[in-house]
Amino acid sequence: MNAIAMEEALDTKALVEYLASHEQKSLLRFLTCGSVDDGKSTLIGRLLYDTKLIFEDQLASIEKDSKKHGTVGDDIDLALLVDGLQAEREQGITIDVAYRFFTTDKRKFIVADTPGHEQYTRNMATGASNSDLAVILIDARKGILTQTRRHSFIVSLLGIKHVVLAVNKIDLMDYSQDVFEKIVADYKTFAADFGFETLQAIPLSARYGDNVLTRSEKLDWYKGPTLVEHLESVQIDQDQSEKPFRLQVQWVNRPDLNFRGFSGTISSGTVKPGDEVLVAGSGKSSKVKAIVTYDGDLARAFAGQAVTLTLEDEIDISRGDVLCAIDARPEVSDQFQARLIWMSEQDLIPGRTVLVKIGARTVSASVTEIKYQTDVNTFAHIAAKTLKLNEVAVVNFALQETVAFDPYAENHDMGAFIVIDRVSNLTLGAGMVDHGLRRATNVHWQALDVNKATRAGAKGQKPVVLWFTGLSGAGKSTIANLVEKKLLSLNHHTYLLDGDNVRHGLNKDLGFTDADRVENIRRVAEVSKLMVDAGLITLVSFISPFRAERQMARELLGPSEFVEIYVSTPLSVAEQRDVKGLYARARTGEIKNFTGISSPYEFPENPEVIVETTETSPEVAATQIVNFMISNGYLDSDIEYII
Amino acid sequence: MREVAAEFKNPVMLYSIGKDSSVMLHLALKAFAPSKPPFPFMHVNTTWKFGEMIKFRDETAARLGLNLISHTNAEGVVNNVNPFDHGSNVFTNIMKTDALKQALTEHGFDAAFGGARRDEEKSRAKERIFSFRTANHGWDPKNQRPELWNLYNARVKPGESIRVFPLSNWTELDIWQYILLEKIPIVPLYFAKMRPVVQRGGQWIMVDDERLPLNPGEVPEMKSVRFRTLGDYPLTAAVESEADTLETIVAEMLVARTSERSGRLIDHDEAGSMEKKKREGYF
Repeated sequence: MNAIAMEEALDTKALVEYLASHEQKSLLRFLTCGSVDDGKSTLIGRLLYDTKLIFEDQLASIEKDSKKHGTVGDDIDLALLVDGLQAEREQGITIDVAYRFFTTDKRKFIVADTPGHEQYTRNMATGASNSDLAVILIDARKGILTQTRRHSFIVSLLGIKHVVLAVNKIDLMDYSQDVFEKIVADYKTFAADFGFETLQAIPLSARYGDNVLTRSEKLDWYKGPTLVEHLESVQIDQDQSEKPFRLQVQWVNRPDLNFRGFSGTISSGTVKPGDEVLVAGSGKSSKVKAIVTYDGDLARAFAGQAVTLTLEDEIDISRGDVLCAIDARPEVSDQFQARLIWMSEQDLIPGRTVLVKIGARTVSASVTEIKYQTDVNTFAHIAAKTLKLNEVAVVNFALQETVAFDPYAENHDMGAFIVIDRVSNLTLGAGMVDHGLRRATNVHWQALDVNKATRAGAKGQKPVVLWFTGLSGAGKSTIANLVEKKLLSLNHHTYLLDGDNVRHGLNKDLGFTDADRVENIRRVAEVSKLMVDAGLITLVSFISPFRAERQMARELLGPSEFVEIYVSTPLSVAEQRDVKGLYARARTGEIKNFTGISSPYEFPENPEVIVETTETSPEVAATQIVNFMISNGYLDSDIEYII
Repeated sequence: MREVAAEFKNPVMLYSIGKDSSVMLHLALKAFAPSKPPFPFMHVNTTWKFGEMIKFRDETAARLGLNLISHTNAEGVVNNVNPFDHGSNVFTNIMKTDALKQALTEHGFDAAFGGARRDEEKSRAKERIFSFRTANHGWDPKNQRPELWNLYNARVKPGESIRVFPLSNWTELDIWQYILLEKIPIVPLYFAKMRPVVQRGGQWIMVDDERLPLNPGEVPEMKSVRFRTLGDYPLTAAVESEADTLETIVAEMLVARTSERSGRLIDHDEAGSMEKKKREGYF
């Protein structure tokens, strides 16, 4: 606000009007991105400074700091205003997303300042996910860099439709029109397919303020708007209310037995009492009874409002369900194709089980296929077996349950998801649904007359997987063999899946990389599941070094159908035994990715049975396991066992 | 807020009695209506809060029927930790940061709402809305979970917790405007009134009770003052003002050229002081 406006504000009537206008101002969220030293932080500092949002004490503190850390000589270094964290202040670079707020007479703004650093691209995607517009900075001296292409690609990937190309530091190129026009032409060539609805190029100098808030005489050849003029006037299509009704249920509101409401934010469309709505997953429908809020019931609610709905009928609805319009339903499937940005140091391995959070729903899932990876610099499609940090790909996901979704392009709330690690709980990646995969909806389970229970009953046993895990040479196969012999002598029906044997046939196409190990275990887990279905006691003897895959196998099977047996042997003992001479070859480097030597073994945290092979002979161990099976009801209890 | 209530076993809302807390409480009432907010509220009492704050707190809890927990670092009280003998840094550490950690651990809270806003201070501008804390309540600004769209990763292991800042994207103006619009009750200290104050280091400190040691030559005088932010009275400076209605406060704020936290003496202790406090577990 300028001085005159302030005096007016002191007049109460004018104040009330000012507040009313402030309330009615629209909000524009945008992000700034560019390469290291393009001047992003300086530009935001300039915006805050020019719109009078820097307070005196903050300014004094920057002046003090400018002398200590500043990179602009005696001038005030405006970047110091926004570079918040101490570590980065000392390095002179932004390392995280910072949010800043400013207001002009026409609009309110939230700015996400995102890093130019290559390794922090994930933060840029974070900033972009909540923005309507992107200001892409280009250093006029350097032109378009690899990172400019990368950032533009991510901006388009996250569905941002409005872009400002800010050609900064034009003062250092003598305010040259030619330089500006060449950069704009270069940019338009590669950004042609990005689907930007508006692309405004502006020559400016953040340091001196040319064309930021005020028009610059030195750039009189430029006839377009200044940065602030453009930000104030650009039309952002935010009208989600015209799309079909969607509400993701966050919380079931049940203060007492007489009230049952469903709370959530309307992600698109409108709703009013009497409207027929449908639970997308179950297909059950009912009519809206009331739209309840703290301030009383509403006659109508719109996209963006957080409300609680009550319905006429008692139908089963819980957190994560989607309420939708009856005539325009979202897709419901347990498989979809999506674009995925990987954000973790830990690689994405297809087949490995992760969690997917979409809306208010969190389900187990895995990537079944990486269709192709996109090189973010050249935009070329390349084949990939795994994804590393900051890589982007089109992938297929399979989920353990069906979920309701819309393509991200149509509805961000309904098509965006994050990928979470089940063990560490870290966020590993972010995805955007393209479309469901029809296969899942068309292949139905065959209902069979003879089922697992019938088959198992005929054999007088409870089918189960005995999963032996441990280092190579620990004695897994020896013990598993003995257990199988004992079970056979007790007239039980068994099958033993041995790591080495399966690799000769079913899995002979697989090697020993992490990705292949995951696939190896996935196939064995699926086979053992079929065998359990056949009513068999199935013994699996595999090193199976990763917790995540053993957990996946456990979850594939029913409760109590999976018994994890940890054959525990210290590495030194296994290496000393070295029955197959493998450790010696691994030590010389002849065998790569050898568990315990050059590839990790993650010991089980809560196995059902632990066998300490340094204390127990294989014979005693086998007896211990059969005893476990008897006492846990896996073998018919009316037979007297002598083992 | 609904995400937190749905995903965590034992959440708590920190209630500091200030204007931001009042707004946050009001939002909680709205989010869960007609239910009451399904979690307790907790006030970390340093024993040096303004008397009027405690009175307001108790009235609010009674009026709304809230489950309010008040926690004080008992060890600090035994050792008579105070801002004068120990300095504001040590005092804040023991009576606020340690006290908060104690309370969170003692009650086993796995999520705690706080009223911090990104526009308050530079290191707060980079906070997530869901901010992960280790089992020791530490914050690592370099290793934050990416936060995309409105999808919050709320998963924690036993002992770990999440701090949640629902007002992250609100500005000071938004707060005041919302208070005005929704007629939210706030502590009377925000309104100007004749109050006993002494001048120290260019700032007005209110003599809220007899525990404030007066320096030689200091005589409390009556001045019309109000507070832009509320904390411990010896560490919170007042501003001279005649503004005794919400409208006049907002008008004063619009012409103010000093940011609101400048009245907080603890922020000036050393460079990067807020960030350091946060890494140690301060809100």
